Amino acid sequence: MLTRAQRREVEGWALMLPVLAVMAVVTLYPLMRTVWLSFTDAELPVGETVPQWVGIENYNYVITDPDFLDALLRTLHFTLASVAVELVLGILVGLLLNQPFRGRALVRSIVILPWALPTIVNGMLWRLSFNPDYGAVNAMLTQLHIIDQYRSWLGDPDIVMDMVILADVWKNYAIVALVVLAALQTIPSDLYEAMRIDGAGAWSRFWNLTVPGILGPLTVVMVLRLIDCFRVFDIIYVMTRGGPADATKTLSFFVYQESFAFLRAGSGASYAVICAIMSAILIAIYISLLKRQETLS
Amino acid sequence: MSVDSRRRKLVQAVWIYTAVAVLLVVTLAPLFWLFIMSVSPAKELTTVPLHWIPDQWDFSRYTRLLSNAAGIDSSVSAEFLATLRNSVVAAGGATVVAMVTAIPAAYAISRYHGRMPLLYGMIGTYMMPPVTYVLPLYIAFSVMGILNNVGALVAVYCTMLLPFTTWLLKSNFDAVPREIEEAARIDGAGTLAIIWNVVIPLAKPALGAAALLAFLSAWDEFFYALIFTSDLRAKTLPVAIADFAAGRITDYGLVSAVGVLAALPPTIFAVLFQRSLVSGLSAGSVKG
Repeated sequence: MLTRAQRREVEGWALMLPVLAVMAVVTLYPLMRTVWLSFTDAELPVGETVPQWVGIENYNYVITDPDFLDALLRTLHFTLASVAVELVLGILVGLLLNQPFRGRALVRSIVILPWALPTIVNGMLWRLSFNPDYGAVNAMLTQLHIIDQYRSWLGDPDIVMDMVILADVWKNYAIVALVVLAALQTIPSDLYEAMRIDGAGAWSRFWNLTVPGILGPLTVVMVLRLIDCFRVFDIIYVMTRGGPADATKTLSFFVYQESFAFLRAGSGASYAVICAIMSAILIAIYISLLKRQETLS
Repeated sequence: MSVDSRRRKLVQAVWIYTAVAVLLVVTLAPLFWLFIMSVSPAKELTTVPLHWIPDQWDFSRYTRLLSNAAGIDSSVSAEFLATLRNSVVAAGGATVVAMVTAIPAAYAISRYHGRMPLLYGMIGTYMMPPVTYVLPLYIAFSVMGILNNVGALVAVYCTMLLPFTTWLLKSNFDAVPREIEEAARIDGAGTLAIIWNVVIPLAKPALGAAALLAFLSAWDEFFYALIFTSDLRAKTLPVAIADFAAGRITDYGLVSAVGVLAALPPTIFAVLFQRSLVSGLSAGSVKG
């Protein structure tokens, strides 16, 4: 016969059983299986050959592969530039939306519209707008006399990544802005009044009150955005398919190609494991931030 | 108020309204352009210099897409309707699974000690890049013969929706007062009855927001759908749009119309449920 405490303990696990069972099947099993595959020479489609254990051979190849290093550098370019611009825009727009002005509630709703747009629709919209022959960006910039002839925005390897970043930032900066706004609203306005009476200028109020007030939430959303950008795939697939001349081939796209275009499941898995380890570092930072908040509240 | 400070207020107002105007133009212009492309005659979209506002607004693409009438682009319409249905079934199915399993789990994490590490573990797996899981899932589905199957999509969408929904609901259940539960327990109610009769009614708005967010993230999903589906039996709307945009359709207006229709549900939800969406998304950012 179980004691009441034991019964309660069993009940607590039983309630979590469905979620844990599903997660074990759809994430834990694939995760371990990916690690196993990364030590084999498996190929797609499966069943035609029996995967052979090759030890760390894939990893030896992967870490010396210059194409993989290039993909990593492109991913870092995309991630760091996107997140930096999103943070700057997010802070500016968050501060603006916290000012009193007519129609503020409406403007706040409008600002989240790009964020609500499905990623694929956003990529499609910008792909059409950047079209070299009929795109709206060329048309607008020539009609405003900013450029004198049509350019191939997504066809030029030197600028294509920045165009993809532009499209991604346009959609995603709003979440940073809304987090900043929510944080600003938790700073009591009488603190500003008190500092003003003490003779503190606008700059000093910003540095000593606003910045400390938004820093915590801003850090969390920054890490979230880093994690999200680091695994970028969808917008690249729609806008450029990794091209031209691989100029937008990021890590996820690289792994996708290795596995599903070249059908090399074994080495594809070892690339995936390396991506997963790099993501895991960011995720660990994020979770430690979450834990700190949990103990504070 | 002195003249000087009134002047300063005025200058500040000018700055604010200018910034708001710029913000609105930058935000709305691409959205309007998507809509205008969808109602411009195909010819006007390919003139140089570009004709911005169409002389005649042409809504026929929408009726053609939605009616599936025979015509030049009836295959596009058939693909649109089939992939729309697949998207609704996959996102809806995954949302139902997520809610049914996440409610008891979130309750357990909220009310029993020592369950937080598991939640952190789930959040961690959810944030991993999908390339971590996709190969074994692909191999397993192909062995089981369920590639190109909406049911398989429901299963993989659980990798995203379960951790996210559990997390969101857990922080909402934390806010439900325990005293009411204690009263019900003294009356002899079991835990499931308490969840059903006490916690769920009290957390109703949060449940709605969680279900909505779950549906929208599945609606938005592209990577798994691209790899696991190949034809109209299971292909989802984002995959169809990516195909269309890559040149399957030469009429930009038609691609745009599909895009507008795919964007309507999330944008309408976002405007109507702005508050709960934002609090859901910034959960963990502003308050853990």
